[in-house]
Order: sequence, then structure tokens, then C-alpha cells
Amino acid sequence: MITAAEWAIIQLSLKVSLVAVLGTLPVAYALAWLLARRQFPGRSLLDALVHLPLVVPPVVTGWLLLILLGRRGPIGAMLEEYLGVTLVFQWTGAAVAAAVMALPLMVRAMRLSIDAVDRRLVAAARTLGASRWYAFRTITLPLTLPGIMAGAVLGFTRSLGEFGATITFAANIPGETRTLPLAIYTGLQVPGGEGAVTRLAIISILLSLAALLVSEWLIRRSTNGRSHVV
Amino acid sequence: MGVAMSFEIVLNHTVGDCRLSVDFASQVPRIAVTGPSGVGKTTLLNCIAGLITPETGKIVIGGRVLFDSTERISIRVEQRGAGYVFQDARLFNHLRVAANLAYGERLRQAGHSGVDRERIIETLGIGSLLDRWPASLSGGEIRRVAIARAVFAHPRFLLLDEPLSSLDQERAAEILTMIEHLGTAIGIPMIYVSHQPEETARLTDTILQLAPR
Repeated sequence: MITAAEWAIIQLSLKVSLVAVLGTLPVAYALAWLLARRQFPGRSLLDALVHLPLVVPPVVTGWLLLILLGRRGPIGAMLEEYLGVTLVFQWTGAAVAAAVMALPLMVRAMRLSIDAVDRRLVAAARTLGASRWYAFRTITLPLTLPGIMAGAVLGFTRSLGEFGATITFAANIPGETRTLPLAIYTGLQVPGGEGAVTRLAIISILLSLAALLVSEWLIRRSTNGRSHVV
Repeated sequence: MGVAMSFEIVLNHTVGDCRLSVDFASQVPRIAVTGPSGVGKTTLLNCIAGLITPETGKIVIGGRVLFDSTERISIRVEQRGAGYVFQDARLFNHLRVAANLAYGERLRQAGHSGVDRERIIETLGIGSLLDRWPASLSGGEIRRVAIARAVFAHPRFLLLDEPLSSLDQERAAEILTMIEHLGTAIGIPMIYVSHQPEETARLTDTILQLAPR
């Protein structure tokens, strides 16, 4: 049925998407919190920047990543010189591309849940002796857990499907950056690739469905079956 | 002179069109605040609790300066030691009743007033509610849990914002009696906000009347 090469593609896709989502999670939450709760100069600009990957063509996002994070890019050159890290043509580059594309969706989901937290509850916690940080940990964070889960799953499925930015920034290298969508695309380019394409496409659909089901289950578990948590 | 004031509240604050101006001092440990709705009763409590910073003023309770605009003193909310019973209760719906009660109790171990846990639970009649979720409680139960949560947080003073509103008469009378008992039992300054003269008359003769201006 599924060949060893196809298994490797699935594993690579899962690795890239997991790393992308786990790495983005704290950044996305911090951005969501800033945008939901703080007024500061440049807030609209930050909001627009976060949403940019959602509205510009993915190829353009990939090209921008190449300019910034490529070996000669301002950030890419520094990463290589000081940390010895190269992103282009590496699976880590594919993860970065997926992370950037997933970021706006994750921020949106989390921001909605932070907006929905009743700030009067936080005020009540403060009068009971909670510092800002303690009130955040014990009130805001648990109440936004379903939003975090939803954001993570949205980000994960978006990463699994990422194509344009990945192929532009990280290229289509077998075993390194050829994730499921890139492998399907490659299969379509070669004669006789239809069998592999069908199998990989079915696997893509199943993985996305599984992610949705897992998120439903996680959300139900995190709210203990209580219906009033947003 | 020389007698410690329980309350010294001088403040000026404007919210929208509403201007709140208070100049009040009292040696009596239990006072009531009355006035028509919208006059700023809750704003006054929020200023005392530290949730709102008044434009100018000085707030001293039980000899402790909480706020003084001329001296640039403003104690942080969590360090003011308010036992604030909000008008809308504000129980944490994601925590069971027992965890709601323990929330402030854990944070301020340095007990300011030795609260007798068991006795308060018994007085307020909430022993059977400890394992419940707040969403499953009735209005009267929510009020009683909110009062207990504030008292358990080792408060230095109590702020009660219309704790009997939206309760039926019988239940209201019962809770008022509990509050009277609590006040005597833990002996800390108390500010009771209400627009019902019958309620305040049972608790204290010292009334701060807020008038619209």
C-alpha cells in the first residue's frame, strides 16, 4: 500500500507542522494578548503585519522570507554567522514558512478567546491578593485554553497544507522539505504518479480530519464538560 | 484628636459626566454608603479597593494609608487587603466553590484577621456547596459564596456592594443577619453599600450619603 518513501513524507510533514505550531504557540498567544488587551503606538501596524501572511499570496510570503532569512538576508546572515543555522533548503526552513503562514490564524483564534474573558473576574482576583501574573495564570490562561487549542489545531492543519511559501523559501527537496502538498504536486508532474498522488491526498484528508477530532476532544476535556466556558 | 480613625476618605474622581466628590472620616468601624443609583457608590468602592485610581484624594482605612495623591502613595490592588463582595458576585466559573473560597485564602497566608473557616462556612450555610460548580448555584447561594470568598482572603477591611440586591426578602434578611454576625466575629472595618434604609439601619448609624451633583 504505502511505500517507505511515502511514510517518510508523512513523517516529515508531521514533524514540520508540529515544530511550526509548538514554536509559534507562545508567540501567537503573546501577540493575541497584546492586541486584545493593550493600547500602544503601532498597534494597528502590528495587527496588519500579523495578518499579512493571510492576505498576500503565499509565494510572496515565501519570497519575503527568502529576502529576510536567506543566507544573504539581514536576519539569515546573522543566524548563520552567530548560530551556524541555515534555514533555506532545510526542513527547519519549511517549519519557519509553515509557522509564518499559520501565525495569523492562531492569533485570531486566541484573540477571540482572550476578548471573551470577563475582565471583571481578573479584577476580582486582584482584590483577593493575586498579582497581575498570578491572575493571568489562574484566570485568563485557563479560560482561554479552548481558544489556545482551537488556534493550535487551525495552525497545525494550515501547516500541513502549506505549499506556496514552503516551495519558494525552502524549495522542494526530497526527504528535507518535500512535505505532503509538495509531494502531491511533484507526483502530478511525473507520468505514472497518479497512484502515489491518490494515496497522499487521502492521507492528507485523514490527517486533517484527525486533527479536528483531536481538537474537539481536547476542548471537551479542558472544559470538564462545563457548558459555560467560551 | 488622638483617636484612630477607622475611615478617612477624601477623593475627587470624574467618570464621564459623573463627578464623585467625597470628604468623610469616621471612628465607627462599620459604615454604610447610600445614594441613588448612578451616583458613584460602586466607583467609591473601586477607588478604595484600588481598581480605580482617583484623580485626587486620600484614603486611609484602619490607620493604613492606601492612597494619597499628594504623597504619591498608591498601594497595589493585591496588597490593599480588601475583602470585596461585588454586586455581580464574580465567582470564578472555571473553579469549584471550594477552589473559589481557597483562591484568596492561599494568597494571603499572613492572616490579618484570624478567620475561623469552619464557623464562617457554617454561618453562611455553604458547607454542602463546596464540590459544586458556580454555574449550578442559585442567586442566594452565589451571594453567600461570594461573601465567604472575600472573608477567607484574610481581609483588612470589607467592602460589600449591595450584597442583598436581587434576593427575595426572606433570603435577604437571613444573609443580612449573617453579615452582622460576621462583622462582629472578625472585627474589621466594613463599608456597606445599599440604597435600602432598612438594611443599613440594622448595621450602623453612620451613613455616608452620596448625592448627585
